[in-house]
Formats: sequence, structure tokens, C-alpha cells
Amino acid sequence: MNMISAQRQRLVVVGNGMAGMRTVENLLRLAPHRYDITVFGAEPHPNYDRIALSSVLAGEKSLDEIVINSRAWYAENDIRLISGDPVVSLDRATQTVTSAAGITLPYDRLLIATGSNPLAPPIPGLGLPGTCAFRDIADVETMIAAARTGRRVVVIGGGLLGLEAAWGLKRQGMSVALVHLMPTLLERQLDATAGTLLQRDLDRRGIAFFTNGQTEQILGTERAEGLRLADGREIPADLVVVAIGIRPNIGLARDAGLEVNRGIVVDDGLRTEDPHIHAVGECVEHRGQVFGLVAPIWEQAKVCAARLAGDESATYVTPPLSTRLKITGVDVFSAGALAAADEADEEITFQDVARGVYRKLVLRDGKMAGVVMYGDVADGGWYFQMLREGTNVAPMRDTLILGRAVAMAAAGAAAPDPAAAVAALPDTAEICGCNGVCKGTITSAITEHELTTLEAVRARTKASASCGSCSGQVEALLAHTLGSDYAEPTGEKAMCKCTSHGHDHVRREILAQTLKSIPAVMQALGWTRPEGCASCRPALNYYLLCAWPGEYQDDARSRFVNERMHANIQKDGTYSVVPRMWGGLTSAKELRAIAEVAERYDIPTVKVTGGQRIDLLGVKREQLPHVWRDLNAAGMVSGHAYGKSLRTVKTCVGSEWCRFGTQDSTAMGVALEKMTWGSWHPHKVKLAVSGCPRNCAEATIKDFGVIAVDSGWELHVGGNGGIHLRGTELLCKVATPEDVLEYCGAFLQLYREEARYLERTAPWIERVGIAHARARVVEDPEGRRALYARFLHAQSFAQKDPWAERAAGTDAGAFSTLVPAE
Amino acid sequence: MDGSIMRTAGWTEVCRLDDIPRQGARVVATPKHGQVAIFRTLDDTAFALEDRCPHKGGPLSQGIVHGHAVTCPLHSWVIDLGSGEAAAPDKGCARRIPVRVEDGIVLLASGAQP
Repeated sequence: MNMISAQRQRLVVVGNGMAGMRTVENLLRLAPHRYDITVFGAEPHPNYDRIALSSVLAGEKSLDEIVINSRAWYAENDIRLISGDPVVSLDRATQTVTSAAGITLPYDRLLIATGSNPLAPPIPGLGLPGTCAFRDIADVETMIAAARTGRRVVVIGGGLLGLEAAWGLKRQGMSVALVHLMPTLLERQLDATAGTLLQRDLDRRGIAFFTNGQTEQILGTERAEGLRLADGREIPADLVVVAIGIRPNIGLARDAGLEVNRGIVVDDGLRTEDPHIHAVGECVEHRGQVFGLVAPIWEQAKVCAARLAGDESATYVTPPLSTRLKITGVDVFSAGALAAADEADEEITFQDVARGVYRKLVLRDGKMAGVVMYGDVADGGWYFQMLREGTNVAPMRDTLILGRAVAMAAAGAAAPDPAAAVAALPDTAEICGCNGVCKGTITSAITEHELTTLEAVRARTKASASCGSCSGQVEALLAHTLGSDYAEPTGEKAMCKCTSHGHDHVRREILAQTLKSIPAVMQALGWTRPEGCASCRPALNYYLLCAWPGEYQDDARSRFVNERMHANIQKDGTYSVVPRMWGGLTSAKELRAIAEVAERYDIPTVKVTGGQRIDLLGVKREQLPHVWRDLNAAGMVSGHAYGKSLRTVKTCVGSEWCRFGTQDSTAMGVALEKMTWGSWHPHKVKLAVSGCPRNCAEATIKDFGVIAVDSGWELHVGGNGGIHLRGTELLCKVATPEDVLEYCGAFLQLYREEARYLERTAPWIERVGIAHARARVVEDPEGRRALYARFLHAQSFAQKDPWAERAAGTDAGAFSTLVPAE
Repeated sequence: MDGSIMRTAGWTEVCRLDDIPRQGARVVATPKHGQVAIFRTLDDTAFALEDRCPHKGGPLSQGIVHGHAVTCPLHSWVIDLGSGEAAAPDKGCARRIPVRVEDGIVLLASGAQP
């Protein structure tokens, strides 16, 4: 190296992935002016977080959210980025690389970070349209597109990648089968017990498993149509995803004559046999080991950057590894040995079947050698810390399996709360496994840069930026470091001026603190105005009614006038009255009674509504109980046209009369209305049932719309007319009328329990995503039945005709006018 | 109410305070003031206002009562029960009618206002 020359050396990076760019980031920090840097990337995208692809597939993140370094970052750091153009040859003699597009660049130092390719087994049919891997953005786009048109997918591979692909596709609404060669899932990360528990949980969530499944052939000629296993079983599919593993991408290095084995062979300084060429990431092989998890790769990036910056002492040692699975609600953790290696090793296991918790520790010479956790993984970091540090655990051996709190208490220390647990960790404790961020790095960033939010810590340190499973610990560190200056994020707008709490928080607290009256809620949550206002009181009344059916005493004084008077107030202070007509059906008797009422009470306007009912407008307050009594006498009850409640079920005539009708939509509508009438909701709820896809009942702009097809019923949700017209999204298709009732009840109950007051299903579905509704109502049969049961339970108290009660004298003062004697 | 409404000098008995629900109202038809809303707040204070919102004439008696205020059922104006004034930024005033409670009986000013 010419020490006098001011000219920078030329560093060329082959590969724009996580390993290469992390090395460059570290290098820029250590020696910002040492190199002119050029980066070649095969993909046409800026550098993104490959780990988060499963979150994109699951609909939890957008592609924009997983970009690590934008194009602006490259420009700011004077890095030349050549994306969408892979390097195809390397000439070590001339120290040049040449890209597919023909760009030839010289280098002083070369960094190979070509990553890996998906392992493609020699299965006939692989490569047909309708087959893909799970490796990059293009694959995810293929899968999301397939989920829009197709219904069924088979994933080959029951490892981390395959399971995350399967779950993401399930969340996209597809019906998912998973073929795995081995008898249990994740056999490299979990023992057989944990693997079986995992399979049971995912099976309950609707993924069909074919373990011991040897794929023989992908079926189809033009495109993939399914899969045949060696035992002859066939699985139909519109999409086949192969996710059985990765193979280091070593072609460039091999062709250039560098030493390769499974990966590109590197020394402890991440250098290849050519002193001008380094390599990092999934393409390398170090001491016989190749890499697929992120933690050791971050360590490589650190060491490699130090070497490139001139620190010849930096040495790479593969750290102990831990694994987590990124499937929402499925908690898996493992590190080290999965089982005792010989008789000298000890295994301790713990299982709580009811809670779905399983835990196994492997001890060797009084130290942790391995941990496998399923269900409750909160103490995973603690076990892993002791494993890495070689802590002598013999003194707490008896209670070790019960977790940190019990073991510490038994050892004489106070049982730590989560905040204290984080506080007790040493600065070297790793908090974020994905990005290799230690506690000390986080706390010093909080102090130095005056960070106050999780997002700010994430942006500054990358802690919790990838899989997010350590977000809770990072928040605890914020709270611990800032003390009382830390304002816990609610992330939610306050309900009204009477409180700083948002709707979701209040609902959670109602359940958590078993609050059962409006004053109790206001007191427990510190309402600033003791009686609340016309905005929060109806919301609280609804939340309590929903939380404690049959138990909560409805507060009429916290009801909007319409729901107190059971009629719709009009601009002149009179009311409109809409009797219920089940599914829009009426009869001569009912019409005659309505006509007589209209005449008897001199009702000025009679109108047909959009929901297939008859509206009597201009009824005076004093007349209401009389009008209701007469309508009751003809068998009619309240139509609830006035409430945040089930309004109407609109139907077409269906197969009974219509020459196009495929099912009896009218009877279906009547059954739905009989089940749902009288239910209270966050906002009004409208249903419709169409007897064929011509959809004359306009079911696709309803909160819950049913469209009959030859083979059953399509269920659509989240639509409304109104100011912001929104068409429904397809929830699923079901076969029988009983299914329609069950799915409808479950969906409405989910809406009742989770939406905010005055939020209709349309904005609610937009907020939480259709995938959430599908996960709860479609993919989780047990959960669906529980929702349905809660709906029916609530209905057993709600289905009382409020008109009949008032016609009989309830609340008479509300309808009468006092006339004092003068 | 048993119909035994009596008149004392300038005041008319309209009902018992207990005939009005807490955080609620009753409507009284008076020859002098037309329809009057008599409110009973949570602290058992009685207020009387002409039953017309200054905004578009909505029946204040049908609104939600919170503290010493009522929210009109038509367009959610908030009216102070003591003064009849609309809460800012709205401007307007509902006419107040003098009212008092004696021995649990609500008395409304009848003749010339005292």
C-alpha cells in the first residue's frame, strides 16, 4: 500500500445483501475515508432485511418498511450502487470484476458477499410456473400474487423458512399443506416433543402437515397443479413453494480458482486464500461451518470491517446460536444442544399441558449446554446468557427449569419483575439477537442521544428492528434508563377530552381489572371529568355491555336518545318507527296493521327504506308506546333501525322464485336475522344475502354479506355504503347454512370485542387487516366456535323486544309530558 | 305524580324530583314558556330550560346529561344547564326558567318571573 498517495483504495463489494452492507456500514464507522466503494447487487432493489420477508408475506410489514438502506444512503456515503446487475466473472490476475451488463471495474480489495441460493432438489416439475422458492422479494411477490388468484398451496420444507412461508401464506388466506421429509418439524432446532407441540398448534391454525413426506413429483404440465409423494398420496395445489434450505453461492469464487468447499473457505479474518479478497455471510465456510442465521453473520461483518479498516488483530469466532420462529403467537426458542449427548449430560424437562408450555434444559459439567422452549419463551434470553457465559448453574439446579423468577427467589434474591430482570442484566447481555445489539449499546444510545421511544432506539441501534421479539425488553430498558421521564406509549388517540386513554386500552383494563360499571371505569382509569361526556359515556356503556353480558346493568342515561327511546329522532324532534320484517319478508296482515297504525296516529310519512323495511316518520314522542303496542299486536317487534346494533338483513328472492337463484337466500337471511337481531355493536351493522353471484341484495357493500354459489356460500365482510363507499373483502367460502350462521356469529363477535366504538366494520377491517379476521374466524376453528358461543351467550340476554317492554309501561315518564294544573 | 299539583305564589309544582331520573330530564308543557325541559343532575340539582336548542331547536330534554351540562341530541351542541349558554366555539343561549326544589317537589316559575 502506498502510504503517501492521497488516493483512496478501491473496494468492490459483490452482493448488496445484509452481510455485505453490514460490513460496509461498520467499515464506514471505523474508516470513513479509506475506500472508494462500489457495490454490485443482483436484485433490482436497495438493501433490505431478508429476515423480515416472512413478515411481509404475513402482511405485517410492507416492502418499504424492510428497506435497510435507501438509495439516498448510498449517495450520502459516496457509494456507487450498481443494482440489478450481478457480477459474472472475477479475474484475480488483473484484479477486476465484470458484471452481466459488461461493466468491468478494478479493485484493490474485493468483498464477496454473494449469499446463498435456495436449495433446489431434483424434483420433476420444479421450475414450472406456479413453483417458487422463499428467498427474495421476487419470491414473496410471486406468493402474494398467487394468493390473490389461487386457493391452495403446498410448502415443501418444515424448517424455519418453510414454516414461516406456510404461516405467511395462511395469513394471505390460502389453504396450506406442508410436506416435511422428517418425522417432526424444525428437527435441527427443536427436540421431538417441542416439534410435536409446534405441529399440533399449527395444525389447529389450519395448516395440514405431511411429515415423513418424500416429494416424488410436482404434477402439472403447463403449470403446477399439485404434488405427488413417494407413498402415492397426491396433494392438489395452485402454488408449490420449495423451502428446504440454502446452498452457499460460490460460483464466482470457484470459477476464479479460490478455495471452496461447501462455501468459500475463509480464515479467522474472513479472508480467502487471496489476500485481496474477503468474504462474509452465507457464502462462506469457516472452520468447516456454513451459516444461515443472522447473529454469526453480524459478527463476521464486524470482524471483516475491522480487517478492511486495517485492524489485523480482529478475529472471528462463531458465537453460540439461538433460534426463534417468527410466527405470531407461536413462541419457540432454542440454543445449543437439543438433547444429552452422552450419559454424562443431564436433561431436565418441564411440561404444562394445559398452558401448552414445554421446556428442556441440557446440562453438562454443571453448566448449560442447551435449551429448548415452547409456549413460554420469556426466559429464553436468561438461559442463553448463562449458556454463552458458561455460568455455573449447579447451585440452582433444582429450580432452574422453573425459570428466572423462581430460581432467583429460591436462591434468596427477590423475585424480579420484568423491568428489574432487564436492569439486572450485564451490559454485555445481548438483547437483540437478530442484530446483535447488547444492553450497553442500547442504554448508552438512550442516554447519549436522548432517545425516548422504541422507534428512536430502533432507528439508532437497530435493536428490535428485525423480528421485533425483543421489543418488550427494549421498552423495559427505556423505562429503566429514563425512569419517570419515560412515557409508556399508548400509540392510541385518547377517547375524548375526559381521559388520556385510548379505546383499546380502556377495553383491556375493563377486562383486566374486572370493572363493571361506568363510575368504576372512570375512577380506576382516572377520568378527569367525573361524569364523562356524551362521547365517552355511550362508548363505555357499550364496552361494559359487551364485556359482561347478562351481568352489566345497561345505563340508559349513557345512551344516545335513539337507543333510549328505541326510535329514530328527526329534525323536528318527532321520531321514526321501523318494525322488523325478517329478511325483508312481510305479509298482508303486517301491511294491514302498519296501514292502520299510520291512519290511527295520523302519521304523516310512510316510506320504504334501503334495508327493505317500512319507515313510519313523524311519530310524536307521546305516541311511541301506543304505536308499538299496536304493531306488537300484529306480531311485529322493534326493527332497531335506530341503534348501534344489527339493523337489517336484506335478501333477494333466491331459489324459491328466481330462475337464477342457486340457494334459498331468503330463508338464509331470515335465519341470520333471527340469530342476530337485538345485538349491540360498536356501530350499526347491516347484513345481506344474495341467492346468486348477480348479487341483487348488494351483499358486497354490507358489514357481513353472503352470496350463494352452487357449491355453498361465499362470506364477504367489511363493506359499507355511506360517505366512504367500501366493497367487502372475501372472508371465506363455506358449505352449509349452519356454517354461515357460525361464521357470521363469530365474525360479529370479533367485531364486537375488538372494534372501537363508532368504528364500522369497514374502517375496522382496514385497520386490522382481513388477514386478522381470517386468522381468527376461518383458520382457527376452535377460536371461531368460542367466538360464536360468546355471541350466542350475549344474545340470550339481548333478544328482548324493547318496544313490548315500553308498551307495557317501562320507562313511561320518558314518553309522557307533564301538564301542571294552572 | 298523583295529579295533586298545587300553585303557590308565582310557582307551580310540576313533579317530585324523584320522578326525574338522575342525569335525565322530564318535559313539562307550560302555558307561559311552552315546552320546558326539567333536568336532574347526578348531584340532585334541578335545572329548567326551554326545550329547544339555540342551534336548530332540538329537544334538549332528550340529550345526555353530564355534570351541569346537556349535549343536544340533534347536533351535539353542549348547553350549560345553569346559564343556558352553548359551550364554545358554538354561540347561542337556551332560555332559562327559574326552578327550585322544596321538600322533594320541583317548582317551576309560573307567572311573572320573580
